[in-house]
Amino acid sequence: MVDWQYSESIESPDIVSIKKKYSNYIGGKFVEPKSKKYINTISPSTEELLSKVPLSNEQDINSAVKSAKVGLEVWSKLTPNQRSRYLFKIARLIQERSREFAVLESLDGGKPIKESRDFDLPQVAANFFYFAGWADKLDLSWATKSLKPYGVVGQIIPWNFPLLMLAWKIAPALATGNTVVLKPAETTPLTALLFAEICEQAGLPPGVVNIITGDGSTGSLIVNHKDINKIAFTGSTQVGKLIQKSLAGRDVGLTLELGGKAANIVYEDAAIDQAVEGVVNGIFFNQGHVCCAGSRLLLQESIHDQFVKKLEKRMQSLRVGNPLDKNTDIGAINSKEQLDKITSLVNEGVEDGGELFQTQCELPGNGFWFRPSLFTNVQPSYSIAREEIFGPVLTTLTFRTPEEAVEIANNTEYGLSAGVWTEKGSKILWTADRLDAGVVWANTFNKFDPSSPFGGYKESGFGREGGRHGLLSYLKASS
Amino acid sequence: MGNIKTSDLSMQWSNVLEMVYESRIDSVGLNERVNSLATRSIKKDSKLEALNMIVTMCDLTTLEGEDTEGKISQMVAKAIKPNPLDTSVPSVAAVCVYPSLVAIAKEKVQNSNVKVAAVSSYFPSGQVPMESKLLDTKYAIDSGADEIDIVINRKAFLEGDYRKVYDEIVALKEVCQDVHLKTILEVGDLKTYENIRKASLISLAAGSDFIKTSTGKLSIGSSRQACYVMLKSVLDFESMTGVKAGIKVAGGIRDAKDAIRYLVMINEEMGSDWLNPELFRFGASSLLDDVLKQIKKLKTGAYQAGYYFPRG
Repeated sequence: MVDWQYSESIESPDIVSIKKKYSNYIGGKFVEPKSKKYINTISPSTEELLSKVPLSNEQDINSAVKSAKVGLEVWSKLTPNQRSRYLFKIARLIQERSREFAVLESLDGGKPIKESRDFDLPQVAANFFYFAGWADKLDLSWATKSLKPYGVVGQIIPWNFPLLMLAWKIAPALATGNTVVLKPAETTPLTALLFAEICEQAGLPPGVVNIITGDGSTGSLIVNHKDINKIAFTGSTQVGKLIQKSLAGRDVGLTLELGGKAANIVYEDAAIDQAVEGVVNGIFFNQGHVCCAGSRLLLQESIHDQFVKKLEKRMQSLRVGNPLDKNTDIGAINSKEQLDKITSLVNEGVEDGGELFQTQCELPGNGFWFRPSLFTNVQPSYSIAREEIFGPVLTTLTFRTPEEAVEIANNTEYGLSAGVWTEKGSKILWTADRLDAGVVWANTFNKFDPSSPFGGYKESGFGREGGRHGLLSYLKASS
Repeated sequence: MGNIKTSDLSMQWSNVLEMVYESRIDSVGLNERVNSLATRSIKKDSKLEALNMIVTMCDLTTLEGEDTEGKISQMVAKAIKPNPLDTSVPSVAAVCVYPSLVAIAKEKVQNSNVKVAAVSSYFPSGQVPMESKLLDTKYAIDSGADEIDIVINRKAFLEGDYRKVYDEIVALKEVCQDVHLKTILEVGDLKTYENIRKASLISLAAGSDFIKTSTGKLSIGSSRQACYVMLKSVLDFESMTGVKAGIKVAGGIRDAKDAIRYLVMINEEMGSDWLNPELFRFGASSLLDDVLKQIKKLKTGAYQAGYYFPRG
């Protein structure tokens, strides 16, 4: 018997040159912030300072919005075919520089290189290719309606999939003829700023894409700017509600993609080993920083013990550590703030009476880390069964019948996604029909495609991203 | 049915049937898991360790009508000392031959720790009466075989006569007694993952020490997917009976990279207990040559031509 340890296999960070300090990208130029203020962005896996980015103020937002209006003059006069060609060019450039983007995404955000390389970047390129294809076919998209773009769109994106969320926002907005002011998240601004270089390389007309960095106050300035015609936000439900309040009574479009607490329902007649894999992927993908994560495992009572045993064994083989190691499955928690939130919810779960299993792995000394965790013996009333933890923490509930499974699954304020596991096709359809969720995965989880619309019900938000439906989020009926 | 040893290991037929009929596998999910394990990056020390492990797990094989004493002598010499210029390279686990060549192979391995395995039960088709299979196996054992590789009755299996498949293995196991029994499922004939799981469980329940993917005589040999189905069956069998059975992958595994991917799968799904020639083997004829080249390359940086390595 040997204890075979894998040697380190580090993706070299040398491919990326990170500047000491970044500027906003406004009107096709990198512009120092008028605020003269900067915020630090660190690597969550080492806590080392990576760079400084602008903390933009009202003047900065004003000039970004102004530039987007100028950009709109040019962008709207291009033929759809010309707009399409720019988007195709961006997609190809992203593919060419994908290794660079992947490394930077893992450095700045903490996600394993395996995921940024094999999931995030291919998806980013795919989204630009997909919407590039739509740009000159909009007349075919909604034949009965006469539609036009909103104009200047403000886009605020989260830190869990920084570049992918940028692609979800920018690609459909540009394809439909809008121009954008985008703000990446405070903790993960670097890939968005590298994307600004792609816009330059593609020769995109100045002002079509404007990228400004900052914190929550910057986001709020964008939301409240008088010349913004539409806001697209992905983030927490709490902030989503504030945005909706700010926009009430104003003629500004809004789409919100917010939190989730997805049920992943495993029936006794599921292919158990594959269901275990799906449940692991559902909650531990991207450290559980996924709004559609399968964070509530609903197990049929008859298979509970067997399933939990297999799940714990599988969790034990997850490799936690350096995001740039190609063999890392779980990287760093994105920020100290998020780590504190996860820790406090887990402690509350234990106090409530939940039984906690955590994998026994060595964690690096510096940086923000959390062991893959599984709660059993949880009651639906516990906060770990109701609140979005947004971390590598799975909560197990049990059910007796399909009716009960659906009832528990829908017993939440959220409605973003859900999973169903059974080898019986009719049971999949019966269950999916009754789940209040924007996406229902059957015998799989966390699968995405640019052609498939994504979005929520209830407090998970409204509007759809991706697919033909995603176009409609950036078009309005013309008067 | 079965002597004391066999019935100790085997399960009640009703339990076997119950497990067999609960074989549910989602092929999409299975492929995804297997492909994701294949992205592991094994470098430096961990690669050298893996390559040496592969050598110790190798069943160096020749199963041809043209096999002669001379061929067997060459192969056994290579099995004992795979690379005479680098004595840190260990011996392989076994040589695998037809029954009529067992005595010769046995004589050649002498005091080395290389075992002699024989394919029997009318490998590769198994399409003869049971009496012949028993005789074939008995002959190989009497000639000194340390290990026996048999084939399951695919005719009976595909006709749905699982009981017959089971009974035949039980009977062959009786002949084997303490001789190590490896049961070949011939996954290329079984085709579906459910079939591979059913055949795995039947073979394990009937007392096989190992289950093995293929004869190497079909165009579809081993695959990591088939190995995954088999290892899950072995683990489920272990959790029910406490018996740790082994797996042998054979047929089409020609390079070190592929072999390392099997090892990664065994390591992560089964754990280090199975990283052991007692519980995991590669059956191959040309794999060893590539592994030797890779070892040389890791140590010296030079990827040498085939003629630097002795013929087997």
